[in-house]
Amino acid sequence: MANPTEDISQLKKLPLHIEHERLGARFGAFGEWYVPLYYTSVIEEHETVRTGVGVFDISHMGEFFVRGKDARELVNHWILNDVAKLSPGAALYSPVCRENGGIVDDVVVMEEDSEQFLIVVNAANIEKDFKWFQSHKSGDVVFENASDQIGLLAIQGPLSRKVIKSLFDIDLNQLSYYHFVKFVSPFGELILSETGYTGEEGFEIFCPMENLARLWQRLMQVGKPIGLKPVGFGARDTLRLESRFLLYGHDMTDETTPLEAGLGWTIAWDKSDFIGKGALEEERKRGIKQRLIGFELSDRGIARDGCSVLMNGRQIGKVTSGTFSPTLKKSIGLAYVVVEHTQIGQTIDIEIREKTVKAQIVKTPFYKRVSSTVKKGTS
Amino acid sequence: MNLPSELRYTKTHEWVRKTGDKLVVGITDYAQHEISDVVFVELPHVGQQAEQGKAISIVESVKAAFDIYSPVSGTVKAINTMLESDPATVNQDSYGKGWFFELTPTKLSEWDNLLTKDQYEQVIRQAAAG
Repeated sequence: MANPTEDISQLKKLPLHIEHERLGARFGAFGEWYVPLYYTSVIEEHETVRTGVGVFDISHMGEFFVRGKDARELVNHWILNDVAKLSPGAALYSPVCRENGGIVDDVVVMEEDSEQFLIVVNAANIEKDFKWFQSHKSGDVVFENASDQIGLLAIQGPLSRKVIKSLFDIDLNQLSYYHFVKFVSPFGELILSETGYTGEEGFEIFCPMENLARLWQRLMQVGKPIGLKPVGFGARDTLRLESRFLLYGHDMTDETTPLEAGLGWTIAWDKSDFIGKGALEEERKRGIKQRLIGFELSDRGIARDGCSVLMNGRQIGKVTSGTFSPTLKKSIGLAYVVVEHTQIGQTIDIEIREKTVKAQIVKTPFYKRVSSTVKKGTS
Repeated sequence: MNLPSELRYTKTHEWVRKTGDKLVVGITDYAQHEISDVVFVELPHVGQQAEQGKAISIVESVKAAFDIYSPVSGTVKAINTMLESDPATVNQDSYGKGWFFELTPTKLSEWDNLLTKDQYEQVIRQAAAG
């Protein structure tokens, strides 16, 4: 095995880096961040989230505030989804597009009140998104990048509700999927949302950066009897991929469109206007050229980002994400494939290290939780 | 760190055991720990010519693929097919059931050029400090 040669001097550390070190985390690069990849094992941590409860430090994520009389209208111009679906305390997933339909980022928009919105963006895109929104700003709004002031912890898994209940004295019945509450706690003013990136029931806590370490320590303490464990970025990737949550920079980029990525359901076509509407309407009429598909490898190996997809020796696509699914015990992945060859059940070839292996196009998500009361088997 | 003293080692974290005129090869406890969660092992073929320092096997973990280098030159005589059906054996028993392949070295004297336990321990200490 070659010795690692990774240069980490330019990478940013998470605010809780010392806590992760103390827990014995193995670190690695994720974009421009130096993050905990795992504490014990990716597979163990993956299973913790599927069957118990885990906590992720995702403070690298970005948070923007849009405030003012015209905030609602402006946010609606920026995103593809419709803010009309929002009300105070609700959250909405949406891509943000360029005029040509290419995806700038995928974000979660949270409405505090009709004149105050929080936009949660991907860490790798904080600067790009800020510039993008800034240059497409109009009307009476104040636009602020609060990414350095807000820490974010995700508590995910079937036992996450129990952890949140022992942490805060609040009625969780007032919360539901893609909704949030804002309240004052011993850790300052927090936002608690029922959101996540794992496919399990779960919550995310937005916390003032100066109180984040105290919140983390308290969480570990109250979570211990419930079996709460820290989970690294390795399992975050396997969990999100099983649930077919897309990763920006891999499964979608400035060069792919929401229609190609299978995010058509987020587009509010009847909105009077949003950035990219013209190009996307045109693409919908004309038909897409490539589509993001899910595949399972029939042979051994892992097809990773960048592997070519072939049919009869001719390239028909490219893998954007691939891993070993700890739940299915199979090798899975996502790939962009020319639209003519995207039928479910279709056999494709994938080139891994100059060797061709067989794979099959399958329905996604690869994993879906049945419900919080019915225990899912490992089929 | 678990380092059996009867074995010889490489800078690239393979171990070698001498059994008669054959050498058995695997990866060290340090390597399996670095790689973590082994999910696939690609072994050489029986009869394949191994070249010292050249990649001869691949280990895939959830996070990445790692090349395994042949500690000596020779002919592969046996492979541990158990790793194909149960790759996690590499993590559980890296010096025992997790062996990779057995070969007949071109020159048995190459064994003498491999690292001893103490020399390999230095390598790991440097890697950890690195």
